[in-house]
Amino acid sequence: MRAFLRDLNHNKAFLTMVLPGTIWFLLFCYLPMPGALLAFKKYRLDQGGFFSALLHSEWTGFKNFEFLFRAEDAYIITRNTVLYNLVFIFLGLVLSVALAIILFNLTQKRWAKFYQTAMFLPYFLSWVIVSYFAFSFLSVDKGLLNQVLAWFGAEPIQWYADKKYWPFILVFMSMWKSVGYSSVIYLAAISGIDKSYYEAAMIDGASKWQQTTKITVPLIRPMMIILTILAIGGIFRADFGLFFQIPRDSGVLFPVTNVIDTYVYRSMKVLGDFGLASAAGFYQSVVGFILVISANWFVKKVSEEQALF
Amino acid sequence: MSSDANAKGAKLRDVHRLSPGWNALLHLIAGAFALSCIFPFVLAIVISFTDENTLALDGYSIFPKKWSLFAYDYIFKTGDQVLHSYVVTLGVTVIGTILTVSMTALYAYALSRKSFKYRKFFTFLAFFTMLFGGGLVPSYIIVAQMLHLKDTIWALILPMALNAFNIVILRTFFQTMIPDAIVESGKIDGAGEYKILLRLVLPLALPGLATIALFSTLGFWNDWFNALLYIDSNSLVPLQAMLMRIESSMQFIIQNSSLLNSGESREMLASLPQETSRMAMVVLATGPIVLAYPFFQRYFIEGLTIGAVKD
Repeated sequence: MRAFLRDLNHNKAFLTMVLPGTIWFLLFCYLPMPGALLAFKKYRLDQGGFFSALLHSEWTGFKNFEFLFRAEDAYIITRNTVLYNLVFIFLGLVLSVALAIILFNLTQKRWAKFYQTAMFLPYFLSWVIVSYFAFSFLSVDKGLLNQVLAWFGAEPIQWYADKKYWPFILVFMSMWKSVGYSSVIYLAAISGIDKSYYEAAMIDGASKWQQTTKITVPLIRPMMIILTILAIGGIFRADFGLFFQIPRDSGVLFPVTNVIDTYVYRSMKVLGDFGLASAAGFYQSVVGFILVISANWFVKKVSEEQALF
Repeated sequence: MSSDANAKGAKLRDVHRLSPGWNALLHLIAGAFALSCIFPFVLAIVISFTDENTLALDGYSIFPKKWSLFAYDYIFKTGDQVLHSYVVTLGVTVIGTILTVSMTALYAYALSRKSFKYRKFFTFLAFFTMLFGGGLVPSYIIVAQMLHLKDTIWALILPMALNAFNIVILRTFFQTMIPDAIVESGKIDGAGEYKILLRLVLPLALPGLATIALFSTLGFWNDWFNALLYIDSNSLVPLQAMLMRIESSMQFIIQNSSLLNSGESREMLASLPQETSRMAMVVLATGPIVLAYPFFQRYFIEGLTIGAVKD
């Protein structure tokens, strides 16, 4: 006990440094954690505040989950979340590596720099703004796309009412917003490759294409693998802004635009069904946790020092 | 990092020779994508300067037949809400960034010091939050009903004030960029931990702090999610959330088109800003970022590459 107090005293400067952060983590991260149990309860607010309500509300077992999984909702939101994320991860990987290689190989570095700055722009905009941009293309009566269609003599398309286009629109928007940014990581890695590899390859008469496939790609492969595995760990978390803002809350599109995050939000704020929302949230947290742990385990197998923990 | 990368690229030029044809093709691909990234913003600017009637007739166009300053005129004359939201966004961004940077720096510095006995415990405390969260519902209830932050400016600041990822980035930065000798020399001179941090470490860590500050400035400026959850009163609606509200009221009227001819919906429509004015608000909300980011781009890239390196 004495030794403990002495240690505390020794570390008191450091302890006061972590104090504000610790309070924040306790209030905003750890306090809500037991609240995950709401998924097994019928939540009723009472005078005693949240924890008293949590303790005293009636246990309902798996009733909330039964409702979630019976109504086909769970299937649709899981499918959408996982499939979209898979496409985002693999297409994003291919496009950003390709773009990084292109930028690296451009002879005019000044232009490469300019392109990079331009491609960076979408990353800095919020999904609300991007949704306004998308609307200027997709608006039924005024949008650019329907103007182009009319120019070719085609019928205008009700973009916000026809779900068959949305998988493509969402993938396009996601790539548009993120590829410029993620290519920067790969460009930095490629620029760091020792140039004597390329010199040796030149002497051996290797073509540009051979240099790319035999030197550049193999040398950044570990990074590609690790970033991809880590991204797969987050496959149960959707980009809320993309799926909430871009389709403009159009109900017709829900079968192809609803993901776990938007479902949780709508169940809670629109329907006011806290039980259902927390069941879906609990499902996401638990599966997400398992996925992150397994992803990290895989990363550790590939390269010890790149693992998160 | 990027200037370093460029210097290397320049040296590589003689090694790397691309045939003119290939070079042109690569320029075309990269250029087309770069253009597609800028074009929507340019279009938004053009729309905001388009005459409202021309727009109603011809639709959105990058070369409108008639230009007009009406949208901006309208905003500056009637734009109480716009001005108000600007003030809210600015306030939240400034207070939030200061809070984030100071809390992150203090926490990360303590974690970076090997002489801190409880370093492992506090690292885990921060780190675990990246792996598991209670979810949206309990967080919402805690913030709204327990901390009573609903409809206060703090609901826009506190939930975003810290994150473990920033702490990890900055801790790594402290560990790799600040030589131990500097801290030791401070100790020999009898300086306390706070003095060492303020006088010796922070001045050297400015690039790292700038990265965190920029990420959080961007995060606060662009945030609409917390406003969506916690803010009801008009006086506290930040810019992004204001744009979102206008959009959803428009959507509401369109989706309930049976109401369209009722007096109520006509009144609602009339109270909303017109198309060009809405785009002018989009331009005003993004303008500062678009003007500023080319100068700060470097720090974002640095943050990314530091984040990729672990101790």
